[in-house]
Amino acid sequence: MAAGDDLKLIGAWPSPFVTRVKLAPSFKGLSFENVEEDISNKSELLLSSNPVHKKVPVLLHHGKPICESVVIVQYIDAWADPGTGPSLLSSDPHERAVARFWAAYIDDKLVASWMQSFRGKTEEEKSEGTKQMFAAVETLEGALRECSKGEGYFGGESVGLVDVSLGSLLSWLKATEMMSGAKIFDPVKTPLLAAWVERFGELDGAKTALPDVDRVVEFAKMRQAQAAAAAAASEN
Amino acid sequence: MAEPVKLIGAVGSPFTHRAEAALRLKGVPYELIHEDLDNKSELLLRLNPLNKTVPVLLHGDRAICESLVIVQYIDEAFDGPPLLPEEPYDRATTARFWAHFMEHKFSMPFWMALWLDGEPQKGFVREARENLALLEEHLQAQGKKFLAGDSVGYPDLAGSYIPLMLDMFKELSGTSLMGDDEYPAVRQWVKEYNSDEAVKSCLTNKEQLAAYFRVKKDKYKMMVKAMLKQQ
Repeated sequence: MAAGDDLKLIGAWPSPFVTRVKLAPSFKGLSFENVEEDISNKSELLLSSNPVHKKVPVLLHHGKPICESVVIVQYIDAWADPGTGPSLLSSDPHERAVARFWAAYIDDKLVASWMQSFRGKTEEEKSEGTKQMFAAVETLEGALRECSKGEGYFGGESVGLVDVSLGSLLSWLKATEMMSGAKIFDPVKTPLLAAWVERFGELDGAKTALPDVDRVVEFAKMRQAQAAAAAAASEN
Repeated sequence: MAEPVKLIGAVGSPFTHRAEAALRLKGVPYELIHEDLDNKSELLLRLNPLNKTVPVLLHGDRAICESLVIVQYIDEAFDGPPLLPEEPYDRATTARFWAHFMEHKFSMPFWMALWLDGEPQKGFVREARENLALLEEHLQAQGKKFLAGDSVGYPDLAGSYIPLMLDMFKELSGTSLMGDDEYPAVRQWVKEYNSDEAVKSCLTNKEQLAAYFRVKKDKYKMMVKAMLKQQ
């Protein structure tokens, strides 16, 4: 770990996108300062570092801001000294394209449908979200089979961009499993993914970066109660 | 001997344009395979079974899907002028950030404003204009011809739907997105993009493009109304 890395992460512990950024330096052996943001009362630092979106995560490298989780992860990977850990992206352009494709799929399809299942305004919307989420997970089982080439990760022998993208969601997906009773990574339907979840969760980098599942469950319940109260208030 | 390059695309698709312009900018010879999106070919369904969309790049026997993934692949797999800056910080901040902005923040309100009517349309026009203001600020602050430098690059390709469709916005939507004297840096960027030699060589004739959208207008209007209900 180099001293003068001067990495500061402006984040909020519940955000899976923040977790995604925490995973990257963990796997690359980089240290960073964690600045916890109060999302309901955004700091000057956040607003001036990310004036366009005003969102976390923001990585400050020597004080210069980089925004958007997928952009930040690729930045860390490109900039970090190769001696610190294997690259999250292959050097082969086609393998990079495949990784980027699945990373985009995870955000566009899995995250979007999962959010709908959580935040949908009607029961119908929520169950449609759940249905699409399960379909996305099945697709990712096929992706893992293709990308891993018999090894343990989407990145092959070692963790790659897609592992980080999916891995960042694990605490929330496990929390969802606990709250709904339904298994998202079913060992019968999606055996490779179920094994991957175990394997990924055991990594030191994952243990450091991923928030505690019980804490996420508590947070989710609080959010749901807030949303219900707001909905009830607006109906009166 | 170089492996053959084929691009499966469709007329009027701004996503196909991104990939095609990237090939032209890098100077890569390719064969364009026209896809009829109302009657999708076996080839497309086999190469892109998940999304069944264009564009798909075929390089030898390797298929690459998703327009922005394709653009990055073209930049990395072939020699030629770089589409992203070399320096990691610039790559991340100017190029990737603004490409992400174009793809994820700007495109939705732009598309919705184009096809909706009445009050919902007004809301999206407002949002699109807020995004235009952010774009204007960036272009003015940066003082370069394009979004990440003085030549057409990755973020410009991501946002190319704007130079492609701005002229016909009023006709298709029935409303105006920007006044003639508004957002001068954005207007200049649009002009520079449309004048670039490589881009020009693959731009669909404006009349053909406008005709394509006129035909699709009712279909797109129905699609966005359905999308709106889901929000």
